[in-house]
Amino acid sequence: MSVAKKFLYVNRKAPYGTIYALESLEVVLIGAAFDQNVSLAFLDDGVFQLAKGQDTKGLGVKNFSPTFRALGDYGVTKLYVEKESLAERGLTEDDLMPVTYEDENDGFAEKPSLIFVDRAELARVMRDQDVVLSF
Amino acid sequence: MKLSILVNEGPYTHQASDTAYQFTKAALEKGVEIFRVFFYNDGVNNGTRLTVPPQDDRNIQKNWSELGEKYKLDLVVCIAAAQRRGILDEGEAKRHGKGEGAANIAPGFRISGLGQLIEAGIEAERLVVFGD
Repeated sequence: MSVAKKFLYVNRKAPYGTIYALESLEVVLIGAAFDQNVSLAFLDDGVFQLAKGQDTKGLGVKNFSPTFRALGDYGVTKLYVEKESLAERGLTEDDLMPVTYEDENDGFAEKPSLIFVDRAELARVMRDQDVVLSF
Repeated sequence: MKLSILVNEGPYTHQASDTAYQFTKAALEKGVEIFRVFFYNDGVNNGTRLTVPPQDDRNIQKNWSELGEKYKLDLVVCIAAAQRRGILDEGEAKRHGKGEGAANIAPGFRISGLGQLIEAGIEAERLVVFGD
């Protein structure tokens, strides 16, 4: 393992109807230990994974959304969110939970992890990766 | 060229594992090196020896096992995903008290952690994902 690779995890599914979102997050957490250059992308129904105020009590399913807010502690600080996917679902940036990280190169200043990009920009982000894992 | 393969869907329900198998076989026949085939999500169901498909249909699990044996493939089933779905090797069956004979991992497969998937991405020139 010489040079770190760029890993992108692409999240395309809503959080609780299928297991994809949870098992994607499990790979991200394990992968964080490998010191690679990791980012996440949320598009299609995947944007619902970041929705504010998730409450799964009635479902009997574990609410794993708080884990996204802990990603900064794992060195995962780039979460790309596709603007068109939000708009197509009647969502705005304000409907998403705040996700931040402490920038160790800037006096541990708290900075936003969510990066809102349009479809064309996200395509460029994807093209720039070494490894793309799609869930 | 050195590839790794990720299979994220179960056999028969979804074409992903068939396509992954055909792709892997074709790549190997062309002399491409396959660093690892990793099974995740419902893809772990490719690795149970207990599947009994109708005789006039393909046996996807057996296809993988035979391909694995022929080319000495590293067929790895994710442990966390496997435990959720009842895929166990001898060690895991014993550890979880599932009794004698509960192990159902298919020949040529092994159960290991998600780190093996990350390593597969790092070590190969391309990681090819087959899923929904």
